[in-house]
Amino acid sequence: MRWLAEVHVALRTGIADPEGQTIGSALRALGYPTVSEVRSGKLMRVSFEATDHDAAEATVDEMCRRLLANPVMEVASWQLRADEQQDAEAANP
Amino acid sequence: MTLMVRTPRVAIAVFPGSWSERDFAHVAESVLGWEARLVWHADGELGTPDAVVLPGGFAHGDHLRTGAIARFSPVMRSVEAFAAAGGPVIGSCNGFQVLTEAGMLPGALLRNDHLEYRCDWQSLRVERPGAAPAWLGDLADGEVISLPISHGEGRYVADEATLDALERDGRVVLRYTDADGRVSPEANPNGSERGIAGIVNARGNVLGLMPHPERAAESEVGGTDGLRLFRSLERWLQEQPAAAERRLSSG
Repeated sequence: MRWLAEVHVALRTGIADPEGQTIGSALRALGYPTVSEVRSGKLMRVSFEATDHDAAEATVDEMCRRLLANPVMEVASWQLRADEQQDAEAANP
Repeated sequence: MTLMVRTPRVAIAVFPGSWSERDFAHVAESVLGWEARLVWHADGELGTPDAVVLPGGFAHGDHLRTGAIARFSPVMRSVEAFAAAGGPVIGSCNGFQVLTEAGMLPGALLRNDHLEYRCDWQSLRVERPGAAPAWLGDLADGEVISLPISHGEGRYVADEATLDALERDGRVVLRYTDADGRVSPEANPNGSERGIAGIVNARGNVLGLMPHPERAAESEVGGTDGLRLFRSLERWLQEQPAAAERRLSSG
């Protein structure tokens, strides 16, 4: 079956994120003075085939380690769910 | 000692989006009279080079992370094997980013702290050039050179333990400074940790640096300090019987 992983990649804590800082400054300038920090990151939606949830989980983990995140400066987290839309399209093309 | 005087031969990897490969080839061929071969990233074969160049640019559009896709190009397997055999490898700018992504050098290169693309001449202090004899052998410890930089993602980062180890082992070989060789936030063009502009691997044959030596090889373009890296390589090759033998056996 098809799975959809929403993979979030963020810079590690302690690594300066000038993009996030700039966004934070802009928010404060727009009248949100309580904004103390913004951390930017990436969101990737990966649709793929796997036999079951455990296999899908292992595959995403491997994808993150091999390509999607660089452990030197990034951490990856993800949410995994059945890709029902893709499955439906496959069933009724 | 008999010096083997031969024409140095460099292989320059070309990825989709590389932009400095022709400048490297120009310096090698037209300025120095060497042989240069451009090697398309999808081709695994480097030929029989004396040295390998990973040039600057935006390999694979810099998508995901700079160098992240390029490291999986077939040519990188050959580059890794060449480096593992002790062959001299230089990665400049995007080439440095590829080397870190490939795990051939520690750390990573992130967006400049000011978020601007920076294209300028930059003063650099040479430190312990003996740690990278093939590339910096003609330079002196502590001297200040000037090379162009041209990057938006040159902020060198690594964890404290890695940075300490690099410093302890003398593997930080180029640092951003002012014209007097002083490290300061003002002289740091991208927010790199400890002003690090260039590092070398433990073996001393793989050099990664953000500046562009190939853009400072003729006085007409404003400076020739970059040429000294090429001259270092030339002399180093002449003094290496092993390199000469590799060439003889490979034809």
